[in-house]
Amino acid sequence: MIALLSRDLKLSVRAGGGALIGVLFFTAVVAVIPFGVGPDLNLLARIGPAIVWIGALLSSLLGLDRMFQTDREDGSLDLMLMQEHPLVLTVLIKCLAHWLGHGLPLVIASPLLGLFMNMDEMAIGATMATLLVGTPALTFIGAVGAAVAVALPRGGLLVSILVLPLAIPVLIFGVSAAYAAVEEPAPFLPPFLILIAITMFFAVLGPLGAALALRNADD
Amino acid sequence: MTESLAITKLSDLANPTRFMALVARLVPWLAAITALLFAVGLYMSFTTEGDYQQGDTVRIMYVHVPAAWLAMMCYTIMALSAIGTLVWRHPLADVSHKAAAPLGAAFTLLALITGSLWGKPMWGTWWTWGDARLTSVFILFLMYLGLIALNRAIDDPSRAARVAAVLILVGFVNIPIIKFSVEWWNTLHQKSSVLRLDGPTIDPEFLRPLLVMALAFTLLFFTLHLLAMRNEILRRRVSAQRRMSARIASRGDAA
Repeated sequence: MIALLSRDLKLSVRAGGGALIGVLFFTAVVAVIPFGVGPDLNLLARIGPAIVWIGALLSSLLGLDRMFQTDREDGSLDLMLMQEHPLVLTVLIKCLAHWLGHGLPLVIASPLLGLFMNMDEMAIGATMATLLVGTPALTFIGAVGAAVAVALPRGGLLVSILVLPLAIPVLIFGVSAAYAAVEEPAPFLPPFLILIAITMFFAVLGPLGAALALRNADD
Repeated sequence: MTESLAITKLSDLANPTRFMALVARLVPWLAAITALLFAVGLYMSFTTEGDYQQGDTVRIMYVHVPAAWLAMMCYTIMALSAIGTLVWRHPLADVSHKAAAPLGAAFTLLALITGSLWGKPMWGTWWTWGDARLTSVFILFLMYLGLIALNRAIDDPSRAARVAAVLILVGFVNIPIIKFSVEWWNTLHQKSSVLRLDGPTIDPEFLRPLLVMALAFTLLFFTLHLLAMRNEILRRRVSAQRRMSARIASRGDAA
């Protein structure tokens, strides 16, 4: 299991893995917003948490289709299916590796992008905290989509279409928790705890669904 | 004993010819009853009194509410069929959830459109993003479209069915959210007023046509669903026969 984790991590960080491309895409999406809405700093600060969250959501979709596809192409997916370990655990490890490779860099990059959006320290901290607990949910949901589309030649777009509707609750509670930290009357903890609950819920459902789809994808 | 009998009956239907015979017998009756119920329901919808506040716009309810119910029921039927696909590998279940997806999308769209037509005079807006019921139904619509796209993207029908079944089951989390969204988030959309523990709070004057229309919509769904399943089976037969004739033709060329 540890071996699988480190193997996937190495693959995602080294050339062709696309972990850094995700961060670049994230930066590009967030940097495009001021060109679209204009350089009004107050407005940017107000919509900042939402923009950073949407950027993170989109860029976490970016690497999803490669999650199981590369393994399928070089045949290691068949080995994983034949292993004696429960497939659910293998998928869970792969999700964790994918998050460490693709999700965590987004979280780390988010304070810089928060500065782009003229957010204050409190908002940056809250956005980063919500991204930290929210992006694993995106990975777990995405694993189902990636497993469903594993055998498709052009699965990338389809994965995004299938995953986005399910990811909306994560976005809602992530953004509302980030706003609640800044705006006074709303309490920060309830949406934050719901976000954690969503992540834990999908940590169970996501690998289960992905394993089921992987078993059914071939033959 | 009775249960094993039911299972035998159900597995008998795995034979498509038997299923087709059943459909041929059922559909004329279902269609006739549906037409009758729609005639009665529409007559009742237009002759009963309008609401003293809403006036005639309350009649939108007789289409909006059944369509919304059907949108959720269709997904539930798809989820049950998905279990049938994954657990029993029942070939009819594959056909069932594939055929139901476009119907579900149509009913959801109908509910959304009539809802926004009703919302404009009553709430003063076509659409609001702040309301959980509206947004969760919209998500349901997107999921239906995604499932249709997935089914079309995979060539092999039985693999498409199994993969789509997984996605249907994962997406089922949305159905309780839709059902209880009006209780959990108290926003624009009103609370449920027909299916309640303490009995319906809606006036019988409105309830009667609503129930008739709901029944008519349900039967309409089942009629269309059976017909769509029949079409799907015929489509598969056609493609199988085409492949067969192509094989025979190529063998003839070789000889």
